[in-house]
Amino acid sequence: MKSTKDIAVLLDEPACEHNKKEKSGCAKPKPGASAGGCAFDGAQIALLPIADVAHIVHGPIACAGSSWDNRGTRSSGATLYRIGMTTDLTEQDIVMGRAEKRLFHAIKQAIDTYSPPAVFIYNTCVPALIGDDINAVCKSAQERWGVPVVPIDSAGFYGTKNLGNRIAGDAMVNHVIGTRDPDPLPEADRTNFPAVTPNFKVHDVNLVGEYNIAGEFWHVLPLLDELGLRILCTLSGDARFREVQTMHKAEVNMMVCSKAMVNVARKLNQQYGTPWFEGSFYGITDTSQSLRDFAKALNDDDLTARTDALILREETQIRKELEPWKERLKGKRVLLFTGGVKSWSVISALQDLGMVVVATGTKKSTEEDKARIRELMGEDTVMIDDGSPRALLKIVHDYKADILIAGGRNMYTALKAKVPFLDINQEREFGYEGYRGMLELVRQLALTIESPVWEAVRAPAPWKVKPQTAAVSTTVECA
Amino acid sequence: MADILKRNKALSVNPLKASQPIGGSLATLGFNRAMPMLHGSQGCTAFAKVFFVRHFREPIPLQSTAMDQGSSVMGADENVREGIKTIAEKSRPALITILTTGLAETQGADVHRNVREFKDAHPEFADIAVVGVNTPDFTGSVETGYAATLTEILRAVVPDAKTAGTYPGKRKKQVNVLASYILTPGDLEALRDIFEQFQLRPVFIPDISDSLDGCLTDEDFSPVTIGGTPLSELLTVGDALATIVIGESLNKAAEVLEEKTGVPTYTLGHLYGLKANDALISALIEISGREVPERIERQRAQLQDAMLDTHFMLGQLRIAIAADADLLSAFVDLVQEMGAEVVTAVTSCNVPLLTKIPVATIKIGDLEDMELSSREHKAQLVIGNSHAVDTAERLGVPILRAGFPLYDIIGGYQKTWIGYRGTRQTLFDLANLVINFSHEEIAAYRSIYGQKPASELTDYPPSSCH
Repeated sequence: MKSTKDIAVLLDEPACEHNKKEKSGCAKPKPGASAGGCAFDGAQIALLPIADVAHIVHGPIACAGSSWDNRGTRSSGATLYRIGMTTDLTEQDIVMGRAEKRLFHAIKQAIDTYSPPAVFIYNTCVPALIGDDINAVCKSAQERWGVPVVPIDSAGFYGTKNLGNRIAGDAMVNHVIGTRDPDPLPEADRTNFPAVTPNFKVHDVNLVGEYNIAGEFWHVLPLLDELGLRILCTLSGDARFREVQTMHKAEVNMMVCSKAMVNVARKLNQQYGTPWFEGSFYGITDTSQSLRDFAKALNDDDLTARTDALILREETQIRKELEPWKERLKGKRVLLFTGGVKSWSVISALQDLGMVVVATGTKKSTEEDKARIRELMGEDTVMIDDGSPRALLKIVHDYKADILIAGGRNMYTALKAKVPFLDINQEREFGYEGYRGMLELVRQLALTIESPVWEAVRAPAPWKVKPQTAAVSTTVECA
Repeated sequence: MADILKRNKALSVNPLKASQPIGGSLATLGFNRAMPMLHGSQGCTAFAKVFFVRHFREPIPLQSTAMDQGSSVMGADENVREGIKTIAEKSRPALITILTTGLAETQGADVHRNVREFKDAHPEFADIAVVGVNTPDFTGSVETGYAATLTEILRAVVPDAKTAGTYPGKRKKQVNVLASYILTPGDLEALRDIFEQFQLRPVFIPDISDSLDGCLTDEDFSPVTIGGTPLSELLTVGDALATIVIGESLNKAAEVLEEKTGVPTYTLGHLYGLKANDALISALIEISGREVPERIERQRAQLQDAMLDTHFMLGQLRIAIAADADLLSAFVDLVQEMGAEVVTAVTSCNVPLLTKIPVATIKIGDLEDMELSSREHKAQLVIGNSHAVDTAERLGVPILRAGFPLYDIIGGYQKTWIGYRGTRQTLFDLANLVINFSHEEIAAYRSIYGQKPASELTDYPPSSCH
């Protein structure tokens, strides 16, 4: 089990804005009135997308049993991450102290059956409480079978999902990153891209916190290929173990959209001197900005010129394609309720479309995020801290929002109140990233806002409406 | 009859099992104005919530005692009391269940004492039924968690006949129905219809058809369940003509109910297939003293006709089933009635019913066990939950989706399996899967002397039937 000191160290994240606020970013949850996941949840979300690893959940059934195979992340090849594995501890294991032994054999079984390049062990509440030494088990299993076995000590009661993200990032920095050098640059087939310039140079970079939900990163990856940015690893969407190992060799890291794994960027900076910047691939403006930031951080004039050309080409193209949609969505009012950094990132995507964001959630946002939101939306922006279903619905009504954009958890809050809804979180089934992703976003927005079902479900049954004129009914009969 | 093969590997791969707290929550959600609270860390609740939301596509009331590092080590009694109080103040529900998790039980929590302490300290909340249940996830499954929670709710809320002055038959039309988790909202609706045709009034305990059936209400939002068995009904279950128990897992709950009320119990394992439904109708004839309504006679005849039509596809069909005991037993009876063969039966935990299920062996295991056994026995069709879809795909056979959770289809929770009509539809569904996907064709043979055009020789189509 992690000591309180270990946890305090993880909570103290100098690169996170929450550190500077009076209250800590991770307030104590209230029994009977709490929502949200646990540290194990966060750790699993952060690392499960590493597709060729055997992910073993060490604990009784509830941790893996209700959560395996439940992520929107996509892999371009390996599928081992979709196989649910757990030690499924029994009462006997716990009472008789057999959990460590079961874990040891479980690791062997996973290696024997699936020959993975590595095994990740997620520690959960019960083994943490009974004092299983998963570090020791992982170490001896690794020695015995010659396959990397990585302990991720993520008992749920350590804290929030966010803490779990950090624990996961920490485990990667401590056990995986830096254990292999990148492959030599391959002979790449660039026939689909413009001819290379004389000073063309390929740069190695990482993305941290990119989860490839619904495969949306594949909207962006071809552009990075074209620019000559080799992604050593996306932590962790569509990643492989051998890619994570090489992350220390990147020239620059981009923190994608969320500060959840900011400790990875900070530590890579400390240990290997890799600079990092924060960006997002949601919306035209932010996508272009992120590409420019890469060029800027890499300090390569040729890349900068090519990046500008690519941005011009892509923006012109996408703006033309969005034109008919903008007509339909212009002026529609949005209540945006997402956590943290995603707020400003999505706001700019919606403003690109001419939509009006009437209010936004800022519960998890830092002061810096809020300043940014004010900059984007004006000083009198409504910022929502109370994310309870009742409060959200009140704002929808008060500000006459046409749609609620939020995480899947709020989907049924909206639908039951007959309010149009768009899912923006992890579990969604559509990809919105990059320039091409905007087309999917507008399609989904129009699909729900313009749907005829709202009228059908809001209108009372005909027999509950007072008859206006008696004559109307006769016209129906001729049909 | 069945040999039970116990778990013999360290790692569970592609788990079939869902936890006891999930079952306990489901049982609670079948009561009106109810709120389950899991005693554990926040994640226990978050995972359970997602599990239900994906299955029912409904908002799910579910709370947590939110144990953290401090309370996990130093004791979480205060979390339980504070949690109950917060829910009581905020939503004033009729029922709060406190369901323990592996974390709380390992720590040594005593929720029953916590509940007593809460009741002593807060007489102002005496109108709220607060029930603690031991449902650690290191033992049992959805089935046992559901049964234990229902048992505890009955024990806590149903009054003794003597003190309440109830006696069996005082309400001449009422029949109590203890409903297993295998009954979907669609099943319960169909069942209500059958009872009403006998002029009987069923009281489902619990009733997820009323609370989790995907109904739009005028209210925008409710923090607790809307619909479900009103707790007030439990006060008068002692006046019913009879109690019908559906699902062997509820035997203990039935015992408690009969002990308290003296109302006679009829036990039915399930309502899948001709025989099982004949048993139900026979019981209803006996209880109501009425003739079988013509409509039901007709539905029975329709089922018999469907059995004739589908036995060509289902006879000798090699089937693999992965499900908790009540559901496993139901499907085994259903397909065996059609002459199919259950070559693989996998379940998630050991319960007394298993030995009575008429198959050679039952494996306590996971979906990997089902996959291996199905391959070995050349299963032609899989019956299992949405997790088993990948398994069926790897096996190259069709799947009939059933059980918990069903997240890759819409409306799975609403499917009606039971009664003569539900059974008929299930047979059609099974037969269609066979027709469309899995009948075995004779491999084409080409004569060495043949004179088919040369183009056919190169890309010889694989012998597929779809």
